[in-house]
Amino acid sequence: MKILVAVKRVIDYNVKIRVKADHSDVDLTNVKMAMNPFCEIAVEEAVRLKERGIATEVVAVTIGPKAAQEQLRTALALGADRAIHVETEAPVESLAAAKVLAKVVEAEQPGLMILGKQAIDSDNNQVGQMLAALAGLPQATFASEVIIENGKAQVTREVDGGLQTVELSLPAIVTTDLRLNEPRYAKLPDIMKAKKKPLIVTTPAELGVEITSGVTLLKVEPPAERQAGIKVSSVDELVDKLKNEAKVL
Amino acid sequence: MAFDVVIVGAGPSGLSAACRLMQQANDAGQELTVCVVEKGSEVGAHILSGAVFEPRALAELFPDWEERGAPLTTPATRDEVYLLKDAEKALRLPNALVPKSMHNTGGDLTSGDSRRYVISAGNLCRWLAEQAEGLGVEIFPGFAAQEAIVEDGVVKGILIGDMGVGADGQPKDGHMPGMELRAKYTLFAEGARGHIGKRLIQEYDLAAGRDPQHYGIGLKELWDVPAEQHEPGLVLHGSGWPLDKSTHGGWFLYHAENHQVVVGLIMDLSYQNPWLSPFDEFQRMKHHPVLAKHLSGGKRVAYGARAITKGGLNCLPKMTFPGGLLIGCDAGTLNFAKIKGLHTAMKSGLVAAEAVFEAINNRDARAKGDEGGQELTAFTEKWEASWAYAELKESASFGPAIHKYGTVGGGAYNVVNQLLGGKLPNVHDTSADHAQLKPAGEFEKIDYPKPDGKLSFDKLSSVFLSNTNHEEDQPCHLRLTDAELPIRDNLPEYAEPAQRYCPAGVYEVVEDDAGQPQFQINFQNCVHCKTCDIKEPAQNITWVAPEGGGGPNYPNM
Repeated sequence: MKILVAVKRVIDYNVKIRVKADHSDVDLTNVKMAMNPFCEIAVEEAVRLKERGIATEVVAVTIGPKAAQEQLRTALALGADRAIHVETEAPVESLAAAKVLAKVVEAEQPGLMILGKQAIDSDNNQVGQMLAALAGLPQATFASEVIIENGKAQVTREVDGGLQTVELSLPAIVTTDLRLNEPRYAKLPDIMKAKKKPLIVTTPAELGVEITSGVTLLKVEPPAERQAGIKVSSVDELVDKLKNEAKVL
Repeated sequence: MAFDVVIVGAGPSGLSAACRLMQQANDAGQELTVCVVEKGSEVGAHILSGAVFEPRALAELFPDWEERGAPLTTPATRDEVYLLKDAEKALRLPNALVPKSMHNTGGDLTSGDSRRYVISAGNLCRWLAEQAEGLGVEIFPGFAAQEAIVEDGVVKGILIGDMGVGADGQPKDGHMPGMELRAKYTLFAEGARGHIGKRLIQEYDLAAGRDPQHYGIGLKELWDVPAEQHEPGLVLHGSGWPLDKSTHGGWFLYHAENHQVVVGLIMDLSYQNPWLSPFDEFQRMKHHPVLAKHLSGGKRVAYGARAITKGGLNCLPKMTFPGGLLIGCDAGTLNFAKIKGLHTAMKSGLVAAEAVFEAINNRDARAKGDEGGQELTAFTEKWEASWAYAELKESASFGPAIHKYGTVGGGAYNVVNQLLGGKLPNVHDTSADHAQLKPAGEFEKIDYPKPDGKLSFDKLSSVFLSNTNHEEDQPCHLRLTDAELPIRDNLPEYAEPAQRYCPAGVYEVVEDDAGQPQFQINFQNCVHCKTCDIKEPAQNITWVAPEGGGGPNYPNM
């Protein structure tokens, strides 16, 4: 079985987000980028399925600028066999990403496609679901366990207040939640080998998809800064301030 | 794994060496494998420098650096040098009284490769890494060299540390054992006070006959400022307030590209008063009108700190040992008279690359299947014949030369003497920095002003802007030789200075449940500046490499 894994280049989770001076967007100049952590979990799950002999090939795909090939190389170092880069400089919204991925699914015909449940930049949590609809495939989102048996996928989902287990016929779409696995560290020799693994570059146009945008970003605001606190000298003063200044009593 | 050359550290010297090695191999049509390991999560993540850059070494490495898109976009346009008298007053020094080595504009510095640029050293390294990879160098960020492999007195490569070891020393889920990277020659380019370099200097007695090395701590911030107060290329230097007369140091403020200003304080680690806090000195310094007018209305976007090797030629250790070399600030090639170290570090890398390639590629070596491991005495000859060495030599005798040229020069010299911290470069300073600290009882405790949240900030919100992260569940990388010493000796004697010299709040003295003082190490905050390893009065703290990828994630610092 072939597994297709989508990965996204996002701002590194260690980096403190900054808003551009004109509030038009998040400032990405001189900012460290990395693979979306949920995508890392997706790659890890695919590689584990391959190591268990369930999958035969793991293909990583990304949509984005040329630099996004770094994240594909990371996926290859973690154990993916080959990679597809759909190159575009345009901002890619959820629906456009899903349309592109649907074309890749059509071309690759994977037995299973794994994606992160959301990317930590836009936090949309949409692409997996949209892709399932466009490709006409069953979906299981927020997976914390994936078992492939007898041509079916049994997926445990993290839902509000508990776990839900669903069974899907394959091919299917699965999106990963945080507890699915703990991604491995890439080994140095594997990073070297990853540089030689096949990576093909295509474009949305070649796949017959036009990247359009249905959303206009009006303004980005950083969270309000916390006001400095004060020290009070007595309980009476505290009560007084709560009553008369904060007016919460 | 085996390579021809392994380089520890993707900084200016290591990457310059890597590029030059590959250029020579490609020119000679020879196969050469060069590997660079870098403990930062990406190239540039741990790089912090001023910086006003002199492109001389870069131009030797890549004469076409401009076409290649090197990130030198902001030529220095104007120099201003100040002596701050107190919190309000300042004296602007006329150019004539500023030593020529500190000029960054005017004269013959206006054109070609002698022009100076305000740059981000982090971005320079990112660009150098791209060039290196294009030439065929293998660069591995996120991998920390733990120690050198030494066999029969010969350095044979390095050991990469384990990943995924818990705080208890036991492997966790996803554990990846470390591995050996063997090489014919290993170049150590870890920067100031490299943890392997330090051990090699001891083991091979490389500092024999030299003065003890001297260090400074550099603290730096990056600010976005309003467009109307931005003057790209403006270069300010100064000294004096807030440092007292016995504490040496100076500050910088440069206008870089994209409406950004960098500001920093360099304080010599030879200071005596244990109540001093370099971080708090830096914060209050920004309130001086000379600096504040450039920053007010702006927003601080990054913070970091790094030790600087600044002893110069008198302190420069022997750089060769069997199987390898120490280069750049790991050895101490910075030219203090210019307040610049990037160009000389790069040059040491270029010279190293030439000596190493010659050793690997000569016909005898090729014919014999040579395993390397020689002591590269040819390096020393080439290095001592280089312009970088000449610069260091010139600045070592800087003071006497001025004396010799009469009263005008002598007057200038006095100003310079204040600026450079009252230390003539040719005067031997034989007391190590850590031995300079005096008991806390001899000084009054310093009451630093509270940060205002606009120009000055507290330590924790500053560390937050260094994007520092370490996997929490791992062994502490700041090792105490004697775990009792901080509370038993340092607390009564020096009021435990680690709480103050650390610019990242790693060290704290807290009370336990019984009300007894405890020494607490918050290693997750560590910005890898190495100050504790240098300044701890009993040399009780040893900085070792944490899991690869940990530490700060500096942007364009």
